[in-house]
Amino acid sequence: MAEAFVPEKFVGKPIERVEDEALLRGLARYADDYPARLDTRHAAMLRSPHAHAEIVSIDTSVAAALPGVVCVITGADVQEYVDPFLNIVKAPMELWPLAVERVRYVGEALVLVVAMDRYIAEDAVDHIQVEYKVLEPAVNPEYAASEDSPTIHEKCDSNILSDREFTYGEPDKAFEECDRVVKLKIDFPRSSITPMENYVVMADYHPAEGVYDVLANFQGPFTVHPVMCRALRVKNTGLRLRTPSNTGGGFGIKVAIFPYIVLMAVASRIAGKPVKWVEDRLEHLSSATAAPNRVVEIEAAAMNDGKVTGFRLSQLDDYGAFLRAPMPGPLYRMHGVCTGSYEIPNLYVRNRLVMTNKSPSGMVRGFGGPQMYYAIERVMHRVAIELNLDPLAVIRKNLVAANAFPYHAAAGAVFDSGNYQAVVDMAVKEGRLDEILKRRDEARAEGRIYGVGYAAVTEPTHSNMGYITTILTKEERAKRSPTQGTNSNATVSVDPFGGVSTSTDVPPMGQGHATLMAQIVAEQLGLQPTEITCNMEIDTQKDKWSIAAGNYAARFTSGPAVAVQMAAKMMRDKLAHIAAPNLNVPVEEVEFGNGLIFARDNPDNCLKFYRVAGTAHWSPGSLPEGMEGGLSESAVWTPRQLTAPDEKDRINTSLVYGFNIDFCGIEIDKDTGEVRIDHYVTAHDAGTILNPLIAHGQILGSYSHGVSQALFEEFVYDEDGSFKSGTFADYLVPSATEVPEPIILHMETPSPHTPLGAKGLADGNCMSTPVCIANAVCDALDLENIQVPLFPSKISALIHGEEQPPPAQMAVVETKPGKSDSAITGTGSSMVPADPQTVWDTLLDPEKLAAVIPGCHGLDQVAENDYRAEVSLGAGPVRGKFLASVVLSDLVEPTSVTLAGGLDGPLGSSQGEGRVRLEAQDGGTLVSYEYSVEISGKVAAVGSRLIEGGARVVVNQFFSRLIKQVEAPGSVTMGSGSLSLFQRLLAWLGVK
Amino acid sequence: MPKLSQEAVQKINFTLNGEAETGMAEPRMLLSDFLRNVMGVTGCHVGCEHGVCGACTVQIDGKAQRSCLTLAVQVEGRAVDTVESLTGRENPLSDLQQNFKTHHGLQCGYCTPGILMSASEYLEKNPDPSEAEVRDMLSGHLCRCTGYAGIVNAIMATAKERQENKSEKSTAG
Amino acid sequence: MKPRKFDLVRAETTAEALAALSEAGGEAKIFAGGQSLMAMMNLRLLEPSVLIDISQISELSYIKEAGDKLEIGAAVTQVELLSWPGLADRLPLLHQAIPHLGHFQTRNRGTICGSLSHSDPSSELPLCLATLGGEVVLQSVRGERVLSAANFQLGMMTTAKADDELIVAARYPFKKPGEGFAFTEVAQRRGDFAIVAVAAVASGDTFRLGVGGVADKPTVRNWTNLADENLDDELNAFAWELKGSDDIHATARYRRELVRRLGRRVIEEAKACRS
Ligand SMILES: Cc1cc2nc3c(=O)[nH]c(=O)nc-3n(C[C@@H](O)[C@H](O)[C@H](O)COP(=O)(O)OP(=O)(O)OC[C@H]3O[C@@H](n4cnc5c(N)ncnc54)[C@H](O)[C@@H]3O)c2cc1C
Ligand code: FES
Ligand code: FES
Repeated sequence: MAEAFVPEKFVGKPIERVEDEALLRGLARYADDYPARLDTRHAAMLRSPHAHAEIVSIDTSVAAALPGVVCVITGADVQEYVDPFLNIVKAPMELWPLAVERVRYVGEALVLVVAMDRYIAEDAVDHIQVEYKVLEPAVNPEYAASEDSPTIHEKCDSNILSDREFTYGEPDKAFEECDRVVKLKIDFPRSSITPMENYVVMADYHPAEGVYDVLANFQGPFTVHPVMCRALRVKNTGLRLRTPSNTGGGFGIKVAIFPYIVLMAVASRIAGKPVKWVEDRLEHLSSATAAPNRVVEIEAAAMNDGKVTGFRLSQLDDYGAFLRAPMPGPLYRMHGVCTGSYEIPNLYVRNRLVMTNKSPSGMVRGFGGPQMYYAIERVMHRVAIELNLDPLAVIRKNLVAANAFPYHAAAGAVFDSGNYQAVVDMAVKEGRLDEILKRRDEARAEGRIYGVGYAAVTEPTHSNMGYITTILTKEERAKRSPTQGTNSNATVSVDPFGGVSTSTDVPPMGQGHATLMAQIVAEQLGLQPTEITCNMEIDTQKDKWSIAAGNYAARFTSGPAVAVQMAAKMMRDKLAHIAAPNLNVPVEEVEFGNGLIFARDNPDNCLKFYRVAGTAHWSPGSLPEGMEGGLSESAVWTPRQLTAPDEKDRINTSLVYGFNIDFCGIEIDKDTGEVRIDHYVTAHDAGTILNPLIAHGQILGSYSHGVSQALFEEFVYDEDGSFKSGTFADYLVPSATEVPEPIILHMETPSPHTPLGAKGLADGNCMSTPVCIANAVCDALDLENIQVPLFPSKISALIHGEEQPPPAQMAVVETKPGKSDSAITGTGSSMVPADPQTVWDTLLDPEKLAAVIPGCHGLDQVAENDYRAEVSLGAGPVRGKFLASVVLSDLVEPTSVTLAGGLDGPLGSSQGEGRVRLEAQDGGTLVSYEYSVEISGKVAAVGSRLIEGGARVVVNQFFSRLIKQVEAPGSVTMGSGSLSLFQRLLAWLGVK
Repeated sequence: MPKLSQEAVQKINFTLNGEAETGMAEPRMLLSDFLRNVMGVTGCHVGCEHGVCGACTVQIDGKAQRSCLTLAVQVEGRAVDTVESLTGRENPLSDLQQNFKTHHGLQCGYCTPGILMSASEYLEKNPDPSEAEVRDMLSGHLCRCTGYAGIVNAIMATAKERQENKSEKSTAG
Repeated sequence: MKPRKFDLVRAETTAEALAALSEAGGEAKIFAGGQSLMAMMNLRLLEPSVLIDISQISELSYIKEAGDKLEIGAAVTQVELLSWPGLADRLPLLHQAIPHLGHFQTRNRGTICGSLSHSDPSSELPLCLATLGGEVVLQSVRGERVLSAANFQLGMMTTAKADDELIVAARYPFKKPGEGFAFTEVAQRRGDFAIVAVAAVASGDTFRLGVGGVADKPTVRNWTNLADENLDDELNAFAWELKGSDDIHATARYRRELVRRLGRRVIEEAKACRS
């Protein structure tokens, strides 16, 4: 080693990922791949087909008796072992692992079956009979927030669990003094990022120690660990939670697994066996979690030159049926940045949190940002249009100035560093904005529809745990022990042969954390990244962690990565101290590289890395005075910038703040309304970039979520609360043909708040891309506003004007609206060859009515004009069995009657009502009818399009059987319908 | 004509990743469950069990298809290849796998085995595809992490390298 | 998401499959490619007590010319048909349509006859069968019958196939001299079932438009000697007759809009490529 030594740098380099070898060979270990004990049993759940209902009775006897079934567990059984989950908001809302007494959303679990395998468990689930009393649902958040709405939690006064107002600066004055007030209302839909791997829990209760031992693909935040422990009535040590070395995507979704962790823990205790549950996709889509849908009313106070002086922001966030930790994060983690990337000193915010009969919402990548920035960036676009200014000029005019950093935003965020104007300049130049604008001109000249949109986003990363307490008033906060700041933990160890391993407190979700850790540690110790063993599993009984641990809020680069670097430096320091006396140089002159530890000025004076390491293990007695033996260094990183909300409710919600500006050109097909992204540019400043390859990948992923939020994804609920997006054919995740590659640009302004200078960058495009595309569409079509997702059907209605009417001579039958828009309705009439009295008697005679109802196996009369029956609809292969109830009312003999009723079964439920009129006519009775049916549960979730046809067929069949019955009583045999109703219902794949 | 009773566990003789293997399954067991839970081949992933996501894609007699829409008993006498077949357990990665690494074509890696099985068949049939064709082929797979660009680049790069190798060989020969 | 129990018949000959169908008395389902069937069974929307796997019946695995039609056996997959060498020249409509049907991976398994039997109103293959005036060959232990597309396709996933019948083959008429063809569709994502699919055939002064995804089965309309200025009104009337319905992805109105707009597009294209 003659030439001067240059230490090898890995941080900042596009190093290939160390994770990939195992992943590409199919040898990675995801939760479902971990070995299970031989006596492990498998779980499946019965889930509610109703949005809102009382559970009248549950009959599990048949299910429990099936061969292979270990036990069947209900909410009441679970209550013996658990307490309801804790929550930040004090409201009489009880969340249990299984529904108790009431169900509050479609997909809510109410019975758990444990069996020899999942196939048998599902068989048993189909044999559980539940009687429900359906309640009025509240689905639309604004309706749920109103006084007319039914309350979802009977002990709560209303569905609003929290209503807070905040004022910063002088918003009223700003609005009084401004030249123009620009207002918009946003209805941001519900969606999720649906990781490709579903939830997996494997639980085992150890009675000897009273410990629940659970493996789950949980992602944190580990603030939820104490929530689970409290529910399980154990100390934190009583829940040994382990997370696997690989997880198939998190995106925030994998925190909401926690109620299932508790459920399976209890199930293993009841069953006396380890219990494993692997969620399926229908369960995931209907019940896992979603980003809250939000109604935002935003007002901007603007001056004629485009300067915005104030915002008023009223946010109604829909958390579904339960507020579940760490909710309502999406509202409050963005609180500090409610003024976006802009210097807007005056701000009024009202945050309301509402419960509805939908699945509980939760943490989803972007975490409140997509909703908030949709409002902010739409209104900024509107300001420009209304003032006849260029949207980019308005953005530029209001961006935080480069010399204003650290910038204190109105609501408390402290923007650590940046040069937003420079990023915009770079984007405009390198992203070729002029070309896009030219393309727009050309397209428009040719009569094509083309638009350009912009969005600027300040991306908060690395959350302050204290932000959530902003929901409390300062008086309430004063009563609690304070919550503020955050911790990151990491360990670096060196074994007696020089093998280096490292670990930290983040379950990996695919972001390449192991690679970044290997880069950091290798650089400190003069080794190669491939030489570092990164054990990414977490075991809460053995590993170093604290409750801020977890994979969320892009905390890795500014949190755990820093802790890893600290631990690696400590290790380096210790090794240097061991080596120095042997090298005969001062510690400061000890250098690391190429697997050697040597004297900086004389590299030939060197020791092998593993030899120095060995000393600490084999020969601790020879270590320098005051040094302990062994080589394992742990570090905790606690940044000091994160404090609790102040007296004035200002909160620095995050440690560091990145920035990105996006613009895009989109073209809309004139005939089909399809939106095509022609050119998309996203320019970021995320501080120091630790690995450009990984950074690029994170932005691409985030951008693709943004695209899908803009164009495809939405969880659809009908007004009756039935869920319509139960498969990947209904819930549209875009594929490679739908996501064109964007141009990604970078600038690096290191953060002064973290030793590595790095900020997160993985959420920004989730926030900017939906609104950037929406702005372009508004530009293209000259619209004031539009709601995502921008389905072609929606765009077509906007560009195609009034529909061309049917030809004059054509009669178009209009279906009458039912109880709600979502109901299937119909009317019709049929001649029955008997007098009205005979028809009447048939309808009122339980035996005869039973013969007329398709697939009915006999009616039990439970009260006057109130019947129960078991019905199987569809014959042959399908045989959907249902519990039916039929109530006759408004009886006017023999001219009219109302039939109301419902069906419940494994395939789903329906509620319907029909009015039948009998009118004597020549040759018999004209029976005319109108009906309205609402369908929910599995069939609605996966087969909406076909239900309408199916309902019509049943009604027709009812009448044809009625005719037969009155013609020749007894000729209709029970339960023999040859009609394939459910075959029709079932073409779920084609359902759009 | 073999009629398999629903209750009876069947013996299935087939070729798995080039080796003759035998496993037991009821008629209703899905191939995806059989591969994972009976044969221990956990490189076959399950993402939806209704044919849309493509995570479970394996090759049966060389053709990429959904193992969640196939019954285990249907592979009797046939050859099933999973991602584990792409390179020997201790051999270096194949060119396709290596390109996924080079071009950052994976993050969580959950969708990756299915995509590799599709791409490896596809490149045999269509050795010189356009980017649009590759994207079209990929439309049968959902990936939530990557935004697809890295995947597309990895496949395109593999095709290009193979074309170059072929022409080098033919000029050399 | 696991299927219920069933007996499985792995038929090796057509006769075995027919016998098994007959024996099961309506309780059986044919497993061809499984691309629709298995998905529904996994969701427990279908629960046949017997499954009859016909994918390995070698006598059903053929593509042959039968007079002026191409006959495709029930075990032939969509990929196999797509690689039939004469497809582009002699059945240009199928050549254009099949790439829209699912994905490379599902076409590797899905069959032509399975798709016809499944009879989804948005499906490409039933639409092409209707537009071209093709037919299906049905067999049961009772005998054989041949049904035209119009007589076979009855409605939403409903066909005239009896419970004990097997579709043994489908027949698609070859292109005749002077004919031009065009196909297009709008789907949310590549490979999804179409929101609306349209297929046109033009020859001399006549042209024909088939529409899928709007009514409850593919529907075809013929025109002869229609003046171009009347086409829009004709398409509008057709659109309103088909009516369509709303679902979570598209409205009935949008479907009608596409009939009017894409209808015109493919008719013009078909006319332009008459040869
Ligand atoms: C992700 C995905 C996307 C898809 N996209 C589309 C699309 O865009 N367009 C489209 O049209 N389809 C689409 N499909 C469905 C298509 O792939 C199926 O191939 C087709 O619908 C059925 O063919 P199959 O051979 O798989 O039939 P199977 O699934 O085996 O059977 C379907 C039905 O037909 C019956 N059957 C099958 N063959 C016969 C026969 N010979 N005689 C009597 N009955 C029979 C079965 O009993 C069953 O009821 C898609 C599927 C998937 C998984
Ligand atoms: S698991 Fe088979 S396609 Fe999704
Ligand atoms: S890499 Fe995670 S789903 Fe594709």
